[in-house]
Order: sequence, then C-alpha cells, then structure tokens
Amino acid sequence: MNRLTDYMLPPARSTLASETDALFHFINVTSIILLVGITFAILYFAWKYRRKSDDDVTPVITHNNKLEITWSVIPLIMVMIVFGWGFSGYMNLVTPPDDAYEIRVEGASWNWRFFYENGATSVNELNVPVDRPIKLIMSSTDVIHSFYVPDFRVKRDVLPNRYSSIWFEATETGESHIFCTEYCGTQHSNMDGTVNVMSQDEFDIWLEAGNAVDESVPPAERGEALVSQNGCNACHSADGSSGVGPSFAGLWGSERTFQNADPVTADENYIRESILQSNAKVLEGYDPVMPSYQGVINDQQISDIIEYIKTLE
Amino acid sequence: MATAEASNIKRLQVKRFKPDESPKEHYLNAEKGLWSWLTTVDHKRIGLMYLGSIALFFLIGGILALVLRTELLTPTRSFIEADTYNQIFTLHGAIMIFFFLVPSVPAALGNFILPLQLGAKDVAFPRLNLASFYIYTIGAIFTLIAIFTGGIDTGWTFYTPYSAETSTNVMMMTLGIFILGFSSILTGVNFIVTIHKMRAPGLTWNKLPLNIWALYATSIIQVLATPVLAITVLLLAMERALGIGIFDPALGGDPVLYQHFFWFYSHPAVYIMIVPGFGVISEVISTFSRKTIFGYWAIALSSLAIAFIGFLVWGHHMFTAGQSSLASMVFSFLTFLVGIPTGIKIFNWLATMYKGSIDMKTPMLYAMVFLFLFTIGGFTGIMLGALVVDIHLHDTYYVVAHFHYVMMGGMVMAFLAGIHYWWPKMFGKMYSEFWAKIACGIIFVGFNMTFLPQFIMGAQGMPRRYYNYIDQFQPFHQFSTMGSYVLGVGFLIIAAYLIHSLLRGKEAGSNPWGSRALEWQTSSPAPHHNFEHTPVIINGPYDYHKPMAEFQLGIAHSHNGHHEGEKVDVETTTAQEKA
Amino acid sequence: MSDPSAVKGKPKHVKHYFVDSDQQFEASKMGMWVFLVTEILFFGGLFAAYIVYRSWYPDLYLQASTELDTFWGAVNTAVLIGSSLTVAMSIRSAQLNQIKGLITNLYITISLACVFMVIKFFEYTHKFDKGIFPGEYYTYEGIAHEKANIFFSIYYMMTGLHGIHVIIGIGLMLFLVVKAKKGAFSAEYYTPVEITGLYWHLVDVIWIFLFPLLYLID
Repeated sequence: MNRLTDYMLPPARSTLASETDALFHFINVTSIILLVGITFAILYFAWKYRRKSDDDVTPVITHNNKLEITWSVIPLIMVMIVFGWGFSGYMNLVTPPDDAYEIRVEGASWNWRFFYENGATSVNELNVPVDRPIKLIMSSTDVIHSFYVPDFRVKRDVLPNRYSSIWFEATETGESHIFCTEYCGTQHSNMDGTVNVMSQDEFDIWLEAGNAVDESVPPAERGEALVSQNGCNACHSADGSSGVGPSFAGLWGSERTFQNADPVTADENYIRESILQSNAKVLEGYDPVMPSYQGVINDQQISDIIEYIKTLE
Repeated sequence: MATAEASNIKRLQVKRFKPDESPKEHYLNAEKGLWSWLTTVDHKRIGLMYLGSIALFFLIGGILALVLRTELLTPTRSFIEADTYNQIFTLHGAIMIFFFLVPSVPAALGNFILPLQLGAKDVAFPRLNLASFYIYTIGAIFTLIAIFTGGIDTGWTFYTPYSAETSTNVMMMTLGIFILGFSSILTGVNFIVTIHKMRAPGLTWNKLPLNIWALYATSIIQVLATPVLAITVLLLAMERALGIGIFDPALGGDPVLYQHFFWFYSHPAVYIMIVPGFGVISEVISTFSRKTIFGYWAIALSSLAIAFIGFLVWGHHMFTAGQSSLASMVFSFLTFLVGIPTGIKIFNWLATMYKGSIDMKTPMLYAMVFLFLFTIGGFTGIMLGALVVDIHLHDTYYVVAHFHYVMMGGMVMAFLAGIHYWWPKMFGKMYSEFWAKIACGIIFVGFNMTFLPQFIMGAQGMPRRYYNYIDQFQPFHQFSTMGSYVLGVGFLIIAAYLIHSLLRGKEAGSNPWGSRALEWQTSSPAPHHNFEHTPVIINGPYDYHKPMAEFQLGIAHSHNGHHEGEKVDVETTTAQEKA
Repeated sequence: MSDPSAVKGKPKHVKHYFVDSDQQFEASKMGMWVFLVTEILFFGGLFAAYIVYRSWYPDLYLQASTELDTFWGAVNTAVLIGSSLTVAMSIRSAQLNQIKGLITNLYITISLACVFMVIKFFEYTHKFDKGIFPGEYYTYEGIAHEKANIFFSIYYMMTGLHGIHVIIGIGLMLFLVVKAKKGAFSAEYYTPVEITGLYWHLVDVIWIFLFPLLYLID
C-alpha cells in the first residue's frame, strides 16, 4: 500500500514534505476504504434487489434517525480531523524559522531570477545549501506567476507590486524542478527552472565566484554561457530560426526597424538598451513581451554578451 | 388555491383521468413550422431548443478537448503552437462551463420538466423564458465572435493582470459572458416564482419532487451569484477599455481582489452545475428501485444547505494566492462542512436502493455510474480542502482530475441519466436499450482512462494549462489521450441511437418506467398544455405503496381549458390497479 | 396559437397558464422582487470595491469627495425621492381606476427622472472640463494624491451604472404611458405599473446609498 502511495508523490526532499505526504496518504487510504464500501453497496444492492416481477412490493422506509445521525456525525468528525491536520501542517509551511537564509526571487514572463545577499544573481537556477532553512522573498515584474517546487511541496503565487514568501529546508543534495503554476501567457509551460541543492561549502564557493569573471575564457565564450544561463535562448535563437524574439544570428550591425521608435543600426548601445529596457524599441513583427534584465545582468556580463552576439553571422 | 386548510375546508370533486397512451395531438405538433418554434412560449419547446444548443456546445467543447489531448501526446510540440493550445484550453473551459454545464439541467431538462412536475400549464413568465433563450444565443454569438477575432488565452478564469494586458479578445468574450449571465438569472427568477406560485392543488411543499427542491436551490444560487459575475466581468471590461485600475497594481488596484470577486460567483456556480444533477438522481433511483426515497427531508434540505454554505467557501481556490492564513483557515473549515450534506445524499440514495425492486435500465445505470464517479470526485475534493496538501496540489492536474470527476463524472452522468429518463416524455419514443448500455459502458471506461492517471500526474507535480511538459509524464498523458478517444466514441454512439430513436423509435406509452411522479401521469409526448385536466395531488411522488390510480386525479369539472363542451373519457371508479 | 385566455369566466388580462387574476398579480410581484435582489447583488460588487479601496486609501476618499458638489447631489436625492412618491401615486391612481391621474403621475415621475439625468450630465461635463476622467484618462492635478483616479473610477462606475438604470426606468415608464393611453390598465389590472414602481423604488434606494458614500464623506 505504501509503495502505491509513494508512487503517487515526488521524492520528499524537504523537512516538511513528509507532513504533506502523511496527510495525503491518510486521506487516500480512508477515501479508498469508503469508496470500496460504497461501490460494494452499489453492486450488491443492484444484484440482490433486482426486480423479480412487476408485482414486487417494496417496504416503505422513509428514514432512520439513528442511521442518518451516524452517517452525518462520523464523516463530520473525520473531516474535522483532516481539517485540523491540514491546518497545522499549513501553519508550519507559512512560518519560517527566524534564522532562515533569504534569497530574493523575481518572476518575469518567462523566467525566474534569483538575487543573493552579496549581489550575485542567477536565472532559472536556484542554488541553495542543504540542511539549512531558506526563505524566498518573491515578486513579479508583470503578471501573476506561481513558484512551485514539487519535491519540497511548496507553492506560492508571485504578484506584481507586492512581496510573497515561502520557506523550505532541503534534506538532500541534488536537483529539483521549479514550475510556474499560474498561467502567464505563451511560454507559461516553459517557465521552469531547477533548484540546485548543494553542500554549504559548495554553496559558499559558488556565491563567492558568483558573478566573478573567468579571465581564462574568451569574452565571447563567456557571453555564450551567459545567454544560456539567463534563459535568453528560450526566445532568441542563435541560428536564425524564429522564436518569441528575433534571432541573434546576423543581428550585429544590421538595420533594425521598430514599431515604436526610429530605426537604428544594431550596435553596443542598442544591445545594452534591449537588455535593460527591453521594450523601449520593439522590432517590427514581434510583441513587447521581453522582461527587463535590469539588476540581473551586470555591465561586465553585458559586454560579454555583446562579444558573443558579434560572432553570430 | 383550493387545498384543505385548517379552518376552511373546501371540497373538490376529483376523478381519475387516465392519460392517452397514443396521443395524436401533443406539444410537438400543436403548432407547425419554424416560425412557431422561434416564437414559442411553450416551456417544453424552449427546453428542447436549449437542449439542442447545449448539445452543440458540448460537441464543440468536446472536440476542443480532443485537440488538446492529442497535442499532449508528446512532451513538446505535436501539431499546434503554444498560442493555439492556450486559446483552446481557455475555450474548452469557458464553453463547457458557461454554455453547457450551467444551462444543462436547469435550462434544458428543467424548463421541460418543472411545470410538468408541478402540475402547472407553463412557467410563471413564459415570454421571459423565451427571452432567456435568446439572451443565451446572443451571448453565444459574442463568444463565437471572440473566438474568430483574436481568440482568448487567459484560461476560463480570466485572472488579472494578464487578462487586462493580453492582446487577445478579452472584451468580446467578457461581454458574451455578461450577456449570458442574464439568461441564467432570468431562468432562476422564473423557476423560483413558478415553484412558489403555480403548484397544482394539493401539492404542498412536503410533496414536492426532490428534482423540484434541487431546481429551487439551484435557482436561488443562480439569482444570488450570477449578478456578482456580471459586475466582475463588467469591471474587467472597464479595466481594459478605460484603464479603470480596480485590479491593476500599476494603477493602484489589486489583482487578488479580482480573484475574490470572480470566485465569489464561480464557486456557487459549481453548485449550480451539480445540484440539478442531484435532483435527477433522486428521481431516477426512486423510480427504478420502485421504492420510496429514503430521507426525503434530508435530501431536500441538504440542497439548500449546500446552496447556503456554498457561498462561503470561495477562498479555497486561493490558498496560494496571497490571502491571510486566517482567511485560508476559515475557508478550509467551511469547505469541509459543505461536503457533509453531499455525503448524506449519497448514503440516502444507497439506502433507497436497499430492499428496492431494481430495474437496471439505462437511466439507472447512469445513476450507478454517477454514484461511483461523483464519490471519487467528492473525496478528492476533501483532499484539496486540506490546506497543507492543497499547497502541493493547487494548479496541478490533480485539480483538473478532481473537477472533471465531479463535473463530468457527476453532472454529465446525471444529465445523461435525465435525458434517458425523460426522453420518452419529450418525444414519445423509446431508444435502443442495448446500444444505450453499451455506450454507458464505453463512456465509463473511457472516462476513467482519461482522468484517473491525471490524479497521479498531478500529485507527482505536473502543472495544469501546460503546453509542454517534462518527459516523465508522457506515459500518463498518452494513456489519458487514449481514454479521451474512447470517451468520444461513447458519445458518438449516444448521438447515433438517439437520432435513430427520433426517426424510428418504438412508441413509448405515458409511463414506460412505472413512476409515480406527476409528469408520468400525462401522455407522451406531453400535451400542449401539459395536462388535459387540472391535476390534484394527494400523495407524495415516491409513494410506491399507493396504487397508480391515486396519482392520476384531477378536478372533475375542469378540463384545464380544453375540450369545452366535449365528453372526455374518464374513469369514475377507484378500483385497485396494478402499479 | 389559439387564445385560451378567452376562457369563460377569466378576464382578458389573465394569461391562460394562471388560474386567476390574483395568482398572476402575486407571481408578477414575486418575480420583480427576486429580480431586484439580483440588482442588489449586482451593485453589491461595486459597493464591495468601494469598501476595499476606502479601507486602503481613506485620505484619498476624503479629499476627492470635496470635488463632488454636495448641493447638486442633495438636489438629485430630493428629486429621486420625489419621483418615488409620484410613482407610488400613479399606482394609487390605477387602483382607483383614475387613468388620467395614472398618466399624469407617470409623466411627473418621468420629468423628475429627466431632471436627475440633466443634473448628472452637468456634473459629469464639469468634471470632464477639469480633466477628471475615469481610469487611465485622468489628468486632473487638483488632488494631492497619486491614486486619485481610483476614487473617480469608482464614482463613475457607480453613478454611471445607476444612471443607466434611471434611463431604463424612464423607458419603462414611457412604455407604461403609451399602454395607459390605450386603455390597458384599470383597477382590475395594473400589474405592469406596480412592478415598474417596485423597480423605480430600488433605483431610488441605491441612490440613497450612493449619495452619502460618495458625496457626504468630506
């Protein structure tokens, strides 16, 4: 029985996941028992009391107070138990420990940005240390999104102009999916990410290095990695194929005509403006849906990205 | 009117009026021609027009569902783009809810059967009834225009700020829904007044069929909840047109306020969608068990309890949305409470079957299917009401499976039970019992194939409204899609034998099921003015221990306005008759 | 369809599916009352929005309300209450079979309703001149609150929706006048007058709530 119910849920990778799971199992088991009982009654009565002749006489049973009270009170008690259990688990979910490590989250259409205490940023990859309570402070840049990590059993809507928060403590290292679970437009189903749970040491190393520039790698290569890490390639192809946004191939030096501005030649300033004020100049034939990367991509990174784009014919 | 009262006993002379088993004139041929249908004020014809319309929308909504499921065969693009997919799931939801489920039993079956069950000649406001139908049609046209001029991709819930900003044709769609709401409101008004003011002599509240109690509770919900939907979509339209800023955070508004407004209607709306089904099940189980209903008052009053508590639970759609913990706690608590009256009904129906004389005809088969599938839907609702579990399951396929179990496994099965039950009364014809049972079996298998895997997927973390998904969910999606095709086949079979019944079905008598209910004591198809006499009620509609003759009484000298001066064939003896 | 209401014993105005005049009258009144409940719920949504935003921006409401002319709002209130009186009098006239009185009172009610709309017209245009438009078209600088447009969005929605209902009421009463002149009403049958009166009273009641909430809070 446990294997069946374990099959129904993702691995329990946070300290609170087991609370959710325990109640889930309880409700499943009791529901299945009751369902089996009701189904048996349906089938048994249908067979045992099948019509024998047109002259059948049926007893006049209009009610039975004892029975009716029993089958009202017992379910009432049972749902009250489920309510109390669900409520107490919920209170744990919404009460982070005082010493939780805070990370800021921004939901945009259509990626997740994470901002760490020292100014480091990551896009679509949430890096956290294991065995430590993490509190996420979240907001949206545009419409309502929802931040969901099935393995941790946590979910919370992410709103514009307002902060919402969740917390969790991961119990094992590894990767867990992040999904957006509030419909937000065309690429809603592509707005997923990963939680990278690592040891505290590894996390510290990552945080230090964070936005450090790797001098041994040529800028264009760094730029290519940045384009991938920041989720740009979800909308902008490198090979000329069409997407939500214009391809980077052949972008550098080309004449661009816009719906809401005068034409320009694609140069450093144009690329920089497109990254930071993404809808200032919207290309003909495209919708103004690109989120801004202000605060997410720093000047050094913008330079690297420009170098990369220069290499794309 | 003239019923026995404490101080003022009025004597009525009654006699028995046996219905004509093979009527030459009835409501279908009383007037001829297309114009007579388009301008009819006969509730039965209006009911049929609704029936045709909702069948059409069910077909459209169903085809949309098959397109969705086909796209979901592979984790990435199968044959349509993301934008198309998003528009299709929005339309599937909006069409199924607003154009099929909300009007299905009340407007289609209810319009037809309510006056018959009350012994009235028509509803209280027949012209308003026709107006309701045309308002529904106009709302539908606006929606179709929306589909063809930009489409709409917000989900049927139109959440802001996305719905205020998207370039799809939200305006046209919300206007269509606004207009449609009036159809629902006016039908509710009509039913409430008819039930209060137009019952036949002797039909006291404690003898009302449970179907009437269900329609009464539904009408109350319709009347109280739909105006709130109207103002919500009006505000949304104003937000798009004038930038009113009620829901837009950039203009000082609150997007969560939209959710409160929307769900304040839409939660009671789900009770509009299921309570009439409960009424049908009460009728069918009692008739086909040939036994008096168990717990009449419990069932009657539980519908009203559901209507009342149903207005207080809307926040259970918003546990992750940003409302306070206190609010979430209260909503969760009340959500569990509202499940109890529903559970009571299930037990009462089972108890009705106990020691009954069960004839497993198609309507009864659908009622059994209803009991099973709706119970699953109900239990998974309990799962979703539990706060800590809902956090994990909200906006996943678990929710999708839950509401399909209650709305399709519940309401659509009850609707099919009602169609197959009242078909003889509507058309005077029977359908093929063999094919009907086959279709029922196919639908049962197809339905479970489609939606059972979705519970598992959802609990494993598969989000809803997703065009693409991660590989691990593909086997579930594929199995579910296979099931949806099986479902489609089942419905096609139903359409086939029902059409065949209309063209070549065996003639049905006035009461093929041996029911005691009032609508069966008149001929099939029903006469133009429902009864050839003014019915007089002395028994409850589930009193199977009383002889059939006692259910066919009418005021002796009134022919309900018909046959003035003619002799009418009546029986004046009160001999015991076989049921 | 044949006219079965011409059944012996039943007056012409009683529809065939009603047993007698009383049942028809009672049913019509009940229907209108149920419909009025839906109107209350409909406006209720707007009142809920008002309450929510007032709890968030109480200063804004107090400030913005000064832009509304309390004097003319009070005049409009008196006008509507007067019109409720005259519509009740028109029902009375019908009950006493005084068809001329019925028509006269209906005309007076319609005139008062038109006065209401004219005053509203001037109120609105006065605001438009200042740049007080709903939603994103708001340009008025005179209120020192960045969310000033919210109060006026709610003001325009509530009074606008109410105004539409007044216009519908005027239309209904003109229809009644036409029917009354054709002799459709009498002491035995004046149901449409009665239920239109009920509708009109609700329109009045809604204004009686709107007036203090919008005009009198400064």
